[in-house]
Amino acid sequence: MNYTDTTIAATTPFLSLENVRKTYPGVVALDGFSMEVRPGEVIGLVGENGAGKSTLMKILGGVTTPDTGTITVDGNAHNSLSVEASLGSGIAFVHQELNLFDNLDVAANIFFGREPLRAGPLKLVDRARLREMVAPLLKRVGANFSADTQVADLSLAQQQMVEIAKALSIKARLVILDEPTSSLPIAETDKLLDVIKALKADGISVIFISHRLHEVERVADRVVVLRDGMLAGTLGKRDINHDQMVKLMIGRMLKEREKASEAARAPGATALAAKAVRTPTYPGRPVDLDVRRGEILGLAGLVGSGRTELARVFFGIDGSLGGTLELDGKPLALGSAADAVAHGIFLVPEDRKLTGILLDFSIAQNISLPNLPAHAKHQLVSASAETATAETQKKNLGIKAPSVATRTGTLSGGNQQKVVLGKWLAMNPKVMILDEPTRGIDIGAKAEIYGLMRALADAGVAVLMISSDMEEVIGVSDRIAVMHEGQISGILDKDQFSQENVLLLAVGKQPK
Amino acid sequence: MSKKDLGLLILILVVGAIVAIINPRFLLPINLANTSNLIGLFGILSIGQAFVIITGGIELSVGSLVALLGTLFIDFIAVRGMEWPLAFVLILLLGAIIGLAHGWLITRLKLQPFVVTLCGLLIYRGVARFYTADGTAGFAFGQNFPDLEFLTAGRSYGVPNSFIALIVIAIVMWVVLHRSVFGRYLYAIGKNEEAAKYSGIRTGRIVMAAYVICGVLTALSAIYFAMYTRSISPASHGQFYELYAIAAAVLGGFSLRGGEGSLIGVILGTVLLQELQNLVNLLGIPSSLNFAVMGGVILIGVLVDQQWGVFRARRLMIDAARKNVAGAPAE
Repeated sequence: MNYTDTTIAATTPFLSLENVRKTYPGVVALDGFSMEVRPGEVIGLVGENGAGKSTLMKILGGVTTPDTGTITVDGNAHNSLSVEASLGSGIAFVHQELNLFDNLDVAANIFFGREPLRAGPLKLVDRARLREMVAPLLKRVGANFSADTQVADLSLAQQQMVEIAKALSIKARLVILDEPTSSLPIAETDKLLDVIKALKADGISVIFISHRLHEVERVADRVVVLRDGMLAGTLGKRDINHDQMVKLMIGRMLKEREKASEAARAPGATALAAKAVRTPTYPGRPVDLDVRRGEILGLAGLVGSGRTELARVFFGIDGSLGGTLELDGKPLALGSAADAVAHGIFLVPEDRKLTGILLDFSIAQNISLPNLPAHAKHQLVSASAETATAETQKKNLGIKAPSVATRTGTLSGGNQQKVVLGKWLAMNPKVMILDEPTRGIDIGAKAEIYGLMRALADAGVAVLMISSDMEEVIGVSDRIAVMHEGQISGILDKDQFSQENVLLLAVGKQPK
Repeated sequence: MSKKDLGLLILILVVGAIVAIINPRFLLPINLANTSNLIGLFGILSIGQAFVIITGGIELSVGSLVALLGTLFIDFIAVRGMEWPLAFVLILLLGAIIGLAHGWLITRLKLQPFVVTLCGLLIYRGVARFYTADGTAGFAFGQNFPDLEFLTAGRSYGVPNSFIALIVIAIVMWVVLHRSVFGRYLYAIGKNEEAAKYSGIRTGRIVMAAYVICGVLTALSAIYFAMYTRSISPASHGQFYELYAIAAAVLGGFSLRGGEGSLIGVILGTVLLQELQNLVNLLGIPSSLNFAVMGGVILIGVLVDQQWGVFRARRLMIDAARKNVAGAPAE
């Protein structure tokens, strides 16, 4: 293959995957995937959300078993890795969410559970020896802090260095960094990229997973692009550039979009408007956004770009740290979700089981919950009124369940999602926010949910759909707003829709 | 009545039958009246606790509150010469305010219920002892409040009025918990507070209301306890009563994680606890073993209940698996 660094090309790979396939019920997560990693090589691994990156990581970490294929580590071929085998052969992970004890100091974290002990029956920790062991590790990652600093006092990048030092302490030969820079400010990112270069110089291989393509450009020797569970292509050092990566990530040509009734849909008046709204997660990045009556506004962006956080502000769960919200041109003050519901602003949340429904409640109880006083006389709940409302929703939405008294927890994901929708449709939505409404739902139910969103929009409701599924965003939306690091990086009208444009905006570049 | 409640009722009857066979005095009217009086007093207290536990909270200060509010009540009517209906209302109001304060600290300032009410337990006990200068609050010789005494410690047709009060309160609170909008909100919050919030419920207010209800019912039971003992030494009066109330709720099928339990359950739990107390007395078990017997029975009860749940869950899973094999795959 196209190696420019001949010394790397000459060596035998430390890790190689051949024809790895992994399926989950209804989904092929990885399909005939092959790649290899040579000692001292930095691989950039890129792909859209859902392209199969996490499945690949789980297989390498020994958390999940591939259906078929061979994994060769250090010359030993395996059908699958166990967690122990993965660790034992020197594969170390640094996850996006760090696994550090922030109430312990750096040294204690690095050697947690493997502390050097003093002689004697008490088995006390040998602090001096521990410090001696930690010092060279910290030096290798270029740490500017001492071994006895509390982890809580470190910056995120510094904490990542601790994680990497931990990886080095188990004599890692391959360090896998999963979105290490997604939460780092620019200056900190540079430090981390330097650490990667230092690892490379020591002959340690690195797999660097990132949505930030310009960082991949800077450190990777080779880029592996995943798309729909398959190897979309490999780029050698000379060919690594932003456009090439985007092209491989999207790959397929766009499907012809249905243009039916498009002309009939004139944009309505603005229903919900955000003016310089600041979410608690990105306080320094004001957001301006209009959601109009009768439209489906798609909100695209990479995971962590601040879409859910914005939805939480619109629904009154989080307070805005500044700016104003307006509903139908009037200022809107939201102190809680109850206020939002009272104004007809409803949210179908991302995490159905945690926030969308009560698994232990029946379908009828879930559907009546936001509007319970309307199902009660003199504050006493009328079971027949609840049943009637639920029956209507069950019929209209096609909820598959023996009866509306069925416990919601026993339903399939798609039917649970319909219950969430049902509780809002039974009321009078003005603004409907749907956060990843079709995640984990089978194809048939997906189409039904798209139909429902369209019907809502046609009835004059302002629909805001957050989605990481590119085809869904492009196929369903009337307009697409794209977020990048907490801000709206651009809004696309229908004639500008393309996966490439969405992706460019999502990584903070201008669309074509 | 749920299966759980039915099981508890059968347990109560079986234990009662055994005690009656060993010592027939168990069924004497005087013994039944005494026991039902205690059931009334502790029942009112336990219903209040149940409303807090259903939200996933806990109220540890009720024992100390029984001492403090009981002391104040007797002081108001016996020493300060206040009209007893006025004192009655004042004490209930005080209970409500204390409940509101606890609820506010828990929902607005996000303190843990255990911590807030543990501090309450210490504070109210201390205040009660200070208020009487560690003395005893009681009535002077010959001081009588016929109406009040009839309502609290009297009997109608041989049934203690405290027990009748419990029945009335239980019926009202059953409607509130199992039939009202507020009751549904309590269960929703106990099952999953986040999901309740995302359904537009003002969870903070509802939880606060639960603590207010607990405060009022505690205040009411404090008056009943005061009129039952007629003299209060604040250092020991009401000690461990919070644990009786919690134990009754747990025995009655409440989960300390919230969202589970029924009003009938907590009443039956109270009945079983008092029956056990009575059993210790009647069977000549050394009264020092009192707590040990109670603890043992609760442990066994919870254990059986939990194992039964595991057994049922496993059966359901096996059934579901069989159905899947037979065709009609679940989505």
